[in-house]
Amino acid sequence: MSQRIEAKDLNIYYGSFLAVAGVTMSIEPRSVTALIGPSGCGKSTFLRTLNRMHEVIPGARVEGTVDIDGVDLYAPGVDPVAVRRQVGMVFQRPNPFPTMSIAENVLAGVRLNNRRINKSDAADLVEQSLRAANLWNEVKDRLDRPGSGLSGGQQQRLCIARAVAVRPRVLLMDEPCSALDPISTLAIEDLVAELKSSYTIIIVTHNMQQAARVSDRTGFFNLEEAGQPGRLVEIDDTATIFSTPGKQATEDYISGRFG
Amino acid sequence: MLENGALENGLENGDGLENGDASENGDASENGDASENGDASTRRAAVAVADRLAVTGRRSGRGLDRGFRYLAVTSGVLIVMVLAAVAIFLVVQAWPALRAGRSVSDEVGWIPDGSSVLEAVGPLVFGTVLAALVALAVAVPVAIGIALFISHYAPRRLASALGYLVDLLAAIPSVVYGLWGVMVLAPLLHPVFSWLVRWLGWIPLFAGDSAGNASNPPRVLMTASLVLAVMILPIITAVCREVFLTTPTLHEEAALALGATRWEMIRMAVLPYGRSGIVSASMLGLGRALGETMAVLMVLSPGMLYSLKMLVGSQQQTIAANIAAKFNDASPMGHSALIATGLALFVITMMVNMAARAIVARRKDFSGAN
Ligand SMILES: Nc1ncnc2c1ncn2[C@@H]1O[C@H](COP(=O)(O)OP(=O)(O)O)[C@@H](O)[C@H]1O
Ligand SMILES: [Mg+2]
Repeated sequence: MSQRIEAKDLNIYYGSFLAVAGVTMSIEPRSVTALIGPSGCGKSTFLRTLNRMHEVIPGARVEGTVDIDGVDLYAPGVDPVAVRRQVGMVFQRPNPFPTMSIAENVLAGVRLNNRRINKSDAADLVEQSLRAANLWNEVKDRLDRPGSGLSGGQQQRLCIARAVAVRPRVLLMDEPCSALDPISTLAIEDLVAELKSSYTIIIVTHNMQQAARVSDRTGFFNLEEAGQPGRLVEIDDTATIFSTPGKQATEDYISGRFG
Repeated sequence: MLENGALENGLENGDGLENGDASENGDASENGDASENGDASTRRAAVAVADRLAVTGRRSGRGLDRGFRYLAVTSGVLIVMVLAAVAIFLVVQAWPALRAGRSVSDEVGWIPDGSSVLEAVGPLVFGTVLAALVALAVAVPVAIGIALFISHYAPRRLASALGYLVDLLAAIPSVVYGLWGVMVLAPLLHPVFSWLVRWLGWIPLFAGDSAGNASNPPRVLMTASLVLAVMILPIITAVCREVFLTTPTLHEEAALALGATRWEMIRMAVLPYGRSGIVSASMLGLGRALGETMAVLMVLSPGMLYSLKMLVGSQQQTIAANIAAKFNDASPMGHSALIATGLALFVITMMVNMAARAIVARRKDFSGAN
């Protein structure tokens, strides 16, 4: 189900502003890759190119290629909608649909693909997805209540359930814990470790302990100065990055001597 | 009434800021009735202020807060008083005609012989509501379509040009709409109406006259409704557009990231989020259609029947157009009877607004407001 991702020479623009330049990286299936770096260096921007969400912003465009399973997402004729069904995304701020119940939220993506899912299949899928997101026990009695009534951490797990319900091959997470309390954060981190067995996961985080805890590999993005494009400085095994990084800039950043 | 609602909310919010202790907090949810509201909040405000001065002594920086609150309470009370004054005026003025019973028809020409005011107002209410509902049914889907096109499909420059154009429609005086309806729209519509009568005449709304024809010239309720639809289009479109534009990017991106096409995104995120806005917009439009006078007066050949035939003339009339048509030549009793019909219009409009509020409130939990 999960696939290898290869990004080659990606240049990412907002209008004429080059936000991220020259990113080349390869990501193994069934692994967790953490992206770290100072804010504004283009981690989110890069992440959003992996499911073609970047181009949703007016004027935004991408140069280069992203191969998933050997198919370039940016080749002509590739439908971004189809890409997004394969590559799920969890956002920084939990964003369950406020007008839908918890169960409807989980099924939202599934209904797009397969409108006529029958009742018992739907119920099974809701349970399965909510269990996968470690949320089932907390919400099983109120599946028909609005998703916006949950706590922030529960909402974020609901969003994860919604994303995994469509069985994507890759799961992108953009600082999924930055709006959450420490306990919810731990819950999400545990979840990432579990989901790794089925999905290729790329997680942006500003929290280096989190990167060290959850990821197999870590990529460090940096920004030489404001107005310059962000670049991928290096990507390596997480253990290596946090003990003996290859670049001075990485070492400065992770040891807090950044500036 | 919608503005009034906003003010009431304002009041409640004002209270919310004050919630220092639990007893006040409990009060805040009691604001059920608009007329009570002002009074109760004033008293509560006074108590709350006294409390604070005595117990906490947190005086500084609250002056503005308090000033604003008095302003809000005063405006709230004022609106209730104006509404009450209008209602009282209508009832007092309508009273002679209402009390006269069936004999009113001897004095007032447009009331059918042997009918009381209440009996005569029935067909007018029917005509008013029918015309407005048909106008709404035509205008709302078109308005939503235009609003969505402006907010989510059109390139930015085209969108603002279009938005501007729609706003301009609102600036056209209703007399001009009436002229346009009679002189331009009606001739264009006649072939369409003939076609409808011929092929869809089995639907009561499209039934023909006794000879099985549509009236020509089509000074019929359908023409009036279509003119009304154009007239209420700008306000509905403008409100919908604003509502659609405020859909949080967060929700739109959530839908897109799940693999929704643009239309699916609109159905998942934009329309549900804008639902209460659409209802409010429709009610604004309905309010305007119910009360619109000039255009109907000019377009419609009136009748006093309970008739669904929208393509045949001399069947229905609306309250507002009837008042305008008859008021100048009316006797004192005639004035009173017309004011009684005005009272009916007032009641209908109030009911429309209350229904709208009920619809909006029904699924509050799911509204995205929290
Ligand atoms: N919607 C946007 N329009 C224009 N520029 C943007 C937009 N979003 C982000 N940027 C710019 O792109 C750069 C990278 O931003 P981002 O990817 O959000 O960084 P990070 O996620 O690493 O904090 C920043 O300079 C930011 O100002
Ligand atoms: Mg970011």
